[in-house]
Amino acid sequence: MTSLEAVPRIRRGVKCTYDQIRGSHVVLFPEGVLVLNETAAMVVERCDGNTTVGDIALRLAEEFDGVEPQDIAELVSRLVARRVVDIDVTDG
Amino acid sequence: MSPTAEAPFGLLAELTHRCPLQCGYCSNPIELVKRDAELSTEDWMRVFDQARALGALQIHMSGGEPLGRRDLPELVEHANSLGTYVNLVTSGVGLTRERLRDLAKRGVDHVQLSLQDATREGNDRIAGIKAFDRKIEAAAHIRDEGLPLTVNTVLHRQNLDNVAGLIAMAEEMGAERLELANTQYYGWALRNRAVLLPTKEQLARADAVVEAAQERLRGKIEIVYVIADYHEAHPKPCMYGWGARQLTVAPNGDVLPCPAATVITSLKIENVQNSSLHDIWYHSESFNAYRGFEWMSDPCRSCPRKEIDFGGCRCQAFQLTGDAANTDPVCSLSPNRQTVDLILDTEMRPAVEPAMAMRKISQ
Repeated sequence: MTSLEAVPRIRRGVKCTYDQIRGSHVVLFPEGVLVLNETAAMVVERCDGNTTVGDIALRLAEEFDGVEPQDIAELVSRLVARRVVDIDVTDG
Repeated sequence: MSPTAEAPFGLLAELTHRCPLQCGYCSNPIELVKRDAELSTEDWMRVFDQARALGALQIHMSGGEPLGRRDLPELVEHANSLGTYVNLVTSGVGLTRERLRDLAKRGVDHVQLSLQDATREGNDRIAGIKAFDRKIEAAAHIRDEGLPLTVNTVLHRQNLDNVAGLIAMAEEMGAERLELANTQYYGWALRNRAVLLPTKEQLARADAVVEAAQERLRGKIEIVYVIADYHEAHPKPCMYGWGARQLTVAPNGDVLPCPAATVITSLKIENVQNSSLHDIWYHSESFNAYRGFEWMSDPCRSCPRKEIDFGGCRCQAFQLTGDAANTDPVCSLSPNRQTVDLILDTEMRPAVEPAMAMRKISQ
């Protein structure tokens, strides 16, 4: 599980865009395409290499009710597994 | 009635069949399209527009060798302007620093570089030309340009024992991904099957090497391993279903549900000069022929694995059983499995190893 202090960053060669055909945010990468739901899209947008998972959760909580930091950490773990984001090695 | 289809995610654009390499397992058909039958620049741009409008988000610029098209920079720029992910699939031959820099500037997002073997001698023998050094140079240009690199190697009896060396080469080249794909037998590879089919012992050794490397390189290089399906008990989930995720446009504008689909001679192939990609994807006979599950007969129809493997590969069913609607004969449940077993018995260790038929465009 990704820690709340981890700093995720979109991987090199990964492109985030909006697909007007599907009406969804999508992530494009060598392996394929990931169609994102609204929460995932907001998380990916904030994987900028400067913001911790905990801070991403806090910012999302400002806009949505019921945002649990653990849920965001789990989502980031899934994005790491899909090779959409990297975690900076400095995190513990 | 047509089964429901979702929008495709990707377009494999086979811009040309011309290629400096002559690999005897080339995925292009035996009947290669000649230069004068290739689509024009304007045609390809229209195809990209239609593919994007249909929902395709990735355009794989492939071939043959896509660098053989002088208009490749314009095509890359156009695909990029549509917001698609542009993947260049190349042998590396002709990929100079200047050309790569220009292509990167115009919007190539990722490069797939083929490697035929781990050594210069092996690589150049399989490729049929001196290509090894140029691939090493191309990899360096790709790395210097900061583009993500996938190294692609087709595995077979002639190089499977060098899989550790291939992995080391990919590391040296700075690849982020390595695709080690056992040969799938269509077209050229089918013709050369008795030269290519690996032994069970080779596969067992390679499997262990790949597994250890996947563990060792976790987080650094992703190793994608495509199984040798003749040796398996279950078929591959070919294309994740017919007409489900991707479409291929051949150099002459033929639109194919999979790159090998021309082997199914009973299939009526559509062309971009006569219909739109939208009509072909949703309404053509060829794309609807094996979509969904309705076309299946037993053992697939009543099999829970149909949701996993979609009945395997239609082209393989056609080539080995004569009917594309049959269960893929590599499946242990197929009544035709003995056909595959017989091939393994006779071709894994042929009494006399035939020479590889090198790929070439017939005159």
